[in-house]
Amino acid sequence: MTTVSETQPPTAARLVAGLPLATWRRIGAAAAAALALALPFVASSYHTFQFTQVIVYAIALMGLNLLTGYNGQISLGHGAFYAIGAYVTAILVSKFDVPYWATVPVAGAVCLGAGFLFGLPALRLEGLYLALATFALALVTPQILKFKDFDSWTGGVQGILIDKPDAPFKLPLDGDQWLYFFCLAIAVPLFWAARNLVRGRVGRAIVAIRDHPIAAGTMGVDTAIYKSLTFGVSAFYTGVAGSLGGIVTGFVAPDSFQILLSLYLLVGIVVGGLASISGAFFGALFIEFVPTYSDQLTDLLGDRAKALPWAVFGLLLILFMYLMPTGVMGMLRRLGFWLERKSSAGS
Amino acid sequence: MAQLLHQLFSGLANGGIYASIALALVMIYQATHLVNFAQGEMAMFSTYVAWSLIDWGMPYWAAFLLTLVISFAGGVIIERVVIRPFDKAPVLASVCVFIGLLAILNSLAGFIYTYTIKPFPSPFPEKAWYGSVYISPHEGGEIVVMLVVLALVYAFFRFTPLGLAMRASAQNPVSSRLVGIRVGWMLALGWGLAAATGAVAGMMAAPIVYLEPNMMGGILLYGFAGALLGGIDNPWGAVLGGFLVGVLENLAGAYLVGADLKLTAALVIIVGVLVVRPSGLFGRPVVTRV
Repeated sequence: MTTVSETQPPTAARLVAGLPLATWRRIGAAAAAALALALPFVASSYHTFQFTQVIVYAIALMGLNLLTGYNGQISLGHGAFYAIGAYVTAILVSKFDVPYWATVPVAGAVCLGAGFLFGLPALRLEGLYLALATFALALVTPQILKFKDFDSWTGGVQGILIDKPDAPFKLPLDGDQWLYFFCLAIAVPLFWAARNLVRGRVGRAIVAIRDHPIAAGTMGVDTAIYKSLTFGVSAFYTGVAGSLGGIVTGFVAPDSFQILLSLYLLVGIVVGGLASISGAFFGALFIEFVPTYSDQLTDLLGDRAKALPWAVFGLLLILFMYLMPTGVMGMLRRLGFWLERKSSAGS
Repeated sequence: MAQLLHQLFSGLANGGIYASIALALVMIYQATHLVNFAQGEMAMFSTYVAWSLIDWGMPYWAAFLLTLVISFAGGVIIERVVIRPFDKAPVLASVCVFIGLLAILNSLAGFIYTYTIKPFPSPFPEKAWYGSVYISPHEGGEIVVMLVVLALVYAFFRFTPLGLAMRASAQNPVSSRLVGIRVGWMLALGWGLAAATGAVAGMMAAPIVYLEPNMMGGILLYGFAGALLGGIDNPWGAVLGGFLVGVLENLAGAYLVGADLKLTAALVIIVGVLVVRPSGLFGRPVVTRV
C-alpha cells in the first residue's frame, strides 16, 4: 500500500475513472472507517463479538508481519506471546483487582521484554532454525501454562475467568459494543504507528536486514539491535492482542493456546499479504470467518467434518503460496497498477 | 539403582523412536536443506494406515511391510506434487508449505479416523523370555527393530548404486546431473525413504503413546532436538542424538523437572544447542561465501 505512492508519483495522466489512484485509496479508507464505526449498531451482538475478535487478530497479525514479513525472521510461535499477554491480563484482573483497561499496556510491556529476550538468542538463528525454535516454543506453551507449581497464578488446566466489562460513563452501549469500540480505539493508533514505523528510516533498516543482512550491516545498520528490537515490538503487538483477546472472550486456559493458534497467525499474514500492514485486516477476517464457515461442512458431511477446517486452512496456505504469494494486499496492489495503466493508456 | 536402570532403558527405547524421526529429518535436510515440519504427521498417517490394515484382519508383520510400501509411495507422491513446485522458493514459502501439509494430514486423519484414542497392537509377546524387570518386551523389541532399520538405511546408502547416486545428488546436484543421475527423482526417493522410516517410528511409538491424530507432536519435537543435538547434516550424529535425547528426557522427567515439563526440556535442548553450538555435536560448521 505504501510503496504504490512512493514508486509511482501521481501525475495528471494516471487516473482511474477520472480520479487519481491516491484519491481512490482515500475514499476506500474513509468507507472502511465509516463501516467500522457503524458496524456494531447494525450487526447482532454475536457478530459484533466476532468482529471484535477480528480486530484483536489484526493487531496480532500486524505484530507478526513486522517480524516475519518485514524483517524476515520466521516465527511459528507467536501464539506464545499472545498467551503471555492474555495471562498477564487475566492474572492482574483476577488476583490484583487491576481494572481491565490498565492491564493492556502492562501485558504489552511484559511481551516487549519477553520478545526482546527471546530475540537475543534468535539473533544467532537464521531463517529455518528460528522457525524450528519458535515451533518448539509454540508446542511447549500449553505445557508450561499447565505446570502444577504455577497453579496458584495460572489456575492450571482450568484457566481463569475474567468478568466481561460494561460500558463506562453511562454510555448507551451494551457490553459487546463497548468492547468492540475499546479494541478499535487501541487498534487504530497501533495501526498508525506500525505504518509510520515501516515507512520511515527504521522501516527501511528492518527491510534491508531481511533482503541482505550483510549489505545492511555495511551500510551502518546495527543488525543485532534492530533484529531483537523488531522481535520485541512484534511481541508487544501480539501481547496487546492477547490481552484484548482475553478480555473479549472473558476466559483464558492453556488449551486455547495450542500450536494451532500460532499457525492461525501464520496463515493470517500469508493470506493478508506479507510485508503489508493493512493486509492484517484481511488476514484477520480470514482466520476468524473461514473456520466458522467451514464448520458448516458438518451439515453436509456429518459430525466428523469438525476436523476439516484445518484441511481447508492447510490447502489454502499451500495454494496461496503457489498462486498469490503476496496475499490479498498484493493482489489489490496489482489491481491498482493495472487499472492505472489501463486508464492512462486509454486517455 | 534399579529405578535408574529402568529409566535408562525406557529412555533408550524412546530414543530409538526419536532417532528414526531424526534420521528421517536428516535425510530430507541433507538433500534439500529444509526441515520437514510435517514429518511427524506423515508418520502418524502411516500408523493409521497400518491400523486399518490390521483392523481388516491382516497379520501384523504383513501389515507392517505393506505400510512401509504405502508410506514410501506416499512420500514420493508428496514430493512430486506438493514440494516440487517450491523448488526455488524462499525459506518462508517452504515453511508455509510444510505447515500446510501438517494441517492437512492432521485434519484428514481426524476426519477419517476421528479423534478418539485407538489402541495399537504391539508385535512383541506380553512376557519377556529374558525375564528382565528393567525393560519391557515392547521396549526391547522396539530397540531391535530400530537398530535393524538404521542398519538397513546405512547399508542402502553405503553399498548400493542407488544409495550412492542419492548421496551424490545431495552433495553436488550439478555434477551428479552431468554424470547422468536424475537428481529430481533422487529427491523424491529420499522423501519416500524418509516417509517409510518415519512410519516405522510411528508404528513403534503407537503402542506406547496410543493412536490419535496428535500423537506425534511431542515425538517430532524430540526428533528435532535429537537431530540438532547430533548435527542435522550428519545421519550418525542425528541417530546418536535421538538416543541421547530419549535418555536425557527420561532422566530429566524422573529426577529433575517432573513429567509435566518433559517437553519443555526438549525446547531447552533445541534453543541451547542452536545458541551454543549450532552445528550440533557431530556436525560440520556451515561456511558460506559472500
